[in-house]
Amino acid sequence: MLDVSVSYNRYKFLGYEYLTWLWFVVETEQDKITNLEEGPVSIEIGNRIVLENKKKDAMETITIKGDDAGLEEGMLALRKGAVVAEINLLLKANDQQWRFTIKAESLHFVGFKAPPTGPVKSEEDLEGAVLEKAYLYDRAMQCMDRLYKQFITLRVSQDWPNKVVPLVRQWMHS
Amino acid sequence: MGLLSSKVSITRYRVEGRLKAPILATVAGCLKENVIPQIDGDVSDKTVGWTSFDRPFAPNFEGSSFVIGTYFVFSLRIDKRIIPSKVLKKHCAIEAAKRLADSGRPYLTREEKNLILDHVRNVLTLRIPATPYLYDLIWRYEDASLWFFSTQKSANEDLETLFLRSFRLSLIRLFPYTSADLMMGLSDQQRDLLPKLSATNFSE
Repeated sequence: MLDVSVSYNRYKFLGYEYLTWLWFVVETEQDKITNLEEGPVSIEIGNRIVLENKKKDAMETITIKGDDAGLEEGMLALRKGAVVAEINLLLKANDQQWRFTIKAESLHFVGFKAPPTGPVKSEEDLEGAVLEKAYLYDRAMQCMDRLYKQFITLRVSQDWPNKVVPLVRQWMHS
Repeated sequence: MGLLSSKVSITRYRVEGRLKAPILATVAGCLKENVIPQIDGDVSDKTVGWTSFDRPFAPNFEGSSFVIGTYFVFSLRIDKRIIPSKVLKKHCAIEAAKRLADSGRPYLTREEKNLILDHVRNVLTLRIPATPYLYDLIWRYEDASLWFFSTQKSANEDLETLFLRSFRLSLIRLFPYTSADLMMGLSDQQRDLLPKLSATNFSE
């Protein structure tokens, strides 16, 4: 395996491409998301997207935030060559919902809010709460892992340049 | 940020290697050996160690106290003494004025100023109590995975160093490349393609 710091820096574009593809999938291919678990799953774009556009030595950052913010500026930035650097998502499954931001460079989960769990009043409650929280975090992360697996499988195939990238470009200009 | 907080941040790791049996006793022993030491009373400005998730200021790793379900749950504690720069500057100025008055000279040499800075820092370090910072973690031993409830760079670096020193096991941070290479179940042929990838230009 490559040195960790080398692979972090050299291939961080994979994270930016993943989040850009994810936005495309959320907007156009919900069927890829619906079957992530046994019950139906949906993902919506949340209240924040950060895009970055590297131009020679300069970096342009576009941040769109707010619950009802329009994403037109983001689409425009994509057309100009930007990619998604972080995205806030709302994941829904079986009447429960998770909200979190994924960072492209590191795949960190930030501001991760799982469905509410019961109050902790005793030591037994504490153990139960930890197990419940761990289960809830795991469910959301597994969904995102399945999506990342779909992305990376496409990314190393010829379908990426031949099919996926043209579709993403078509969506950006639609 | 605690794992039971309403909002958390998570860095994910893969744990490389296995512990020697009996696992529980090995983990307990490693945690006890690297428990957070008390720094009140000495001049260390930072100490790092393990503490209990449920009793962060009275760590106890006896028996299976760190086991919840099939997980190992404990916390990284970093105690730091941070002297505000303005306080340091003030006490250095007071000490410098005192030395000048005692010696009757009009100035202090660079070496004398450095000695004053070291002296003042040591004195203040003893007087200022350490501030504890707590970061919870869940280690899923069977899955060789670990969730660390912080995305702070320095806390993650301290975790990686202490984990290796304590358990003789490496933590591999899961970011786009390592996730793809190690966690996604790609075939050998697909994994061979990963290092050959280059960035896509979506806007062409």
